[in-house]
Amino acid sequence: MLLEAKNLVVTYGGVHAVKGIDFNIAQGELVCLIGANGAGKTTTLKALCGLVPVAQGSIHYHQQIITHRPTHEIVQRGMVLVPEGRGIFSRLSVAENLAMGAYTRHDTATIRHETDHIYSLFPRLHERRQQKAGTLSGGEQQMLALGRAMLAKPKLLLLDEPSMGLAPLMVSKIFEIIQHIAQQGMTILLVEQNAKLALEISHRGYVMESGLITLHDTARNLSTNPQVRHAYLGE
Amino acid sequence: MSQLFSKNSPFLARWTAFKHDRRAAWIAFVVVGALLAALPFLVELGLGRSWVRVLNFTLLYIMLALGLNIVVGYAGLLDLGYVAFYAVGAYCYALLASPHFGLHLPFWIILPIGALVAGLFGILLGTPTLRLRGDYLAIVTLGFGEIIRIFLNNLNTPVNITNGPQGINLIDPFHIGGISLNQAHTIAGITLPSTYNIYYLFLLLTLLIIFISMRLQNSRIGRAWVAIREDEVAAEAMGINTRNIKLLAFAMGASFGGVSGGLFAGLQGFVSPESFNLLESIMILCMIVLGGMGHIPGVILGAVLLTVLPEALRYMGDLQRYLFGSVIVDPADLRLLLFGLALIIMMIFRPAGLWPSPQRSRELSDVET
Repeated sequence: MLLEAKNLVVTYGGVHAVKGIDFNIAQGELVCLIGANGAGKTTTLKALCGLVPVAQGSIHYHQQIITHRPTHEIVQRGMVLVPEGRGIFSRLSVAENLAMGAYTRHDTATIRHETDHIYSLFPRLHERRQQKAGTLSGGEQQMLALGRAMLAKPKLLLLDEPSMGLAPLMVSKIFEIIQHIAQQGMTILLVEQNAKLALEISHRGYVMESGLITLHDTARNLSTNPQVRHAYLGE
Repeated sequence: MSQLFSKNSPFLARWTAFKHDRRAAWIAFVVVGALLAALPFLVELGLGRSWVRVLNFTLLYIMLALGLNIVVGYAGLLDLGYVAFYAVGAYCYALLASPHFGLHLPFWIILPIGALVAGLFGILLGTPTLRLRGDYLAIVTLGFGEIIRIFLNNLNTPVNITNGPQGINLIDPFHIGGISLNQAHTIAGITLPSTYNIYYLFLLLTLLIIFISMRLQNSRIGRAWVAIREDEVAAEAMGINTRNIKLLAFAMGASFGGVSGGLFAGLQGFVSPESFNLLESIMILCMIVLGGMGHIPGVILGAVLLTVLPEALRYMGDLQRYLFGSVIVDPADLRLLLFGLALIIMMIFRPAGLWPSPQRSRELSDVET
């Protein structure tokens, strides 16, 4: 397993946001974590990369315990988060944003090469590379956030609600890109409220409800599960 | 050499391509250099000797403002107690070069010590405030500035360290080896009075601080500061060690303040806690805000304006006496009045400062759209 969380508990003050969950991701998998608002999905992602402290339990990554490691160290080990709401640096240019993605790296030549690759993946970003990132549309900002994370050379990509606030057409485009990145061998943990789309592109899925994982199955089985269909697919 | 400059040499071709820019840059460099070197002579000729002293204070405040600019302008951490580091630097100098402890170290040893100690105090302030932002950070830093001042005021018992409110007197002037900068020196037939010598010393250090500021701005660290200012969580997710980078901003800014403080002590020959009050912190912050936060030329402009204008306003007393026969508004009050007015006008018409960085003016212009 590339990543394994065991009995993970996260608390904010006295409130238990995540109440002891177990999950794992194998190399090359695209796993989604679906659930309603406030289920603890974002908190789980933040706990994985050290942005919020873990109260109990452990996180194993590459057979090493990374439970209480600082974020910058976890990023350096290849676990990279695309934060909720994209978290782009809106007053920096597109090119500067991408450069920030490669912050932990020093191999200038490779970075330049990979930046070109990102531009070929997202031609729109290339067109607007001198533009300040805040002027991009929501979808373009999401592309930028994805591209920026890719430049950190991740081994495990954590995506927090990439569909948030995007037009339906843009959502399907972003999901196409995520699928494309996954097909090239990237391991991805996808957190989504849009369960239908998430299950369409994922291999496996976890369903989270008020801090607990209530269901776990292959994406195909989940999307035919009557309980899931009722609660998350609107049937 | 002749081969190097022969008609077909690639070197020559490349050189010709660059010649225009290079030559322009060199001319500008020489002209600015000559102007800066001649400045005290010109100022004395036009305004009198006392203005050369104002010039020295201007350089001092440029250094201070550039130091605070690192914390506030680059890293976006609002620091209202910056004068504390100025005080630390000044007292370092005062304690190590005065009869108070009987120590008389030369300034070129004390200044680095002052920078280091102030830097450590910067980390001391930074560590407990890492999780704070905006208003909360401002309040803590404000308190920190007061704590340092109150400490300096009271550290005369049980062991007399700072000599309390009386301050420390008879601080050694700057001297290199046996040459004191406090005496007039004649070099190549030109007599340089002490204020001139101090001007050249301050100018040198100011240029050094400008150079360091510029290098920092375009470095990896500089970009990390901007990222933290923009979105701290995203910056952290990019693998920036936000804790260290923020502490570095505090320490760098503080060390500039420490250097300026040492220079202040050497220039005045006297330090006391009352020189380092809250108003001083606010003044330095205003220099940055007025000039253009995060933009080196803007910050310099702000420091120049806010040091020179109050001096110029001193003449308003004479003007009033001449016009009305008596002084109606005390020039000191007029200073604060005009100062407040200037800030309000600035906020309305040039919120990004008089000379903002292209990036900052972009930041503020999109608020309007």
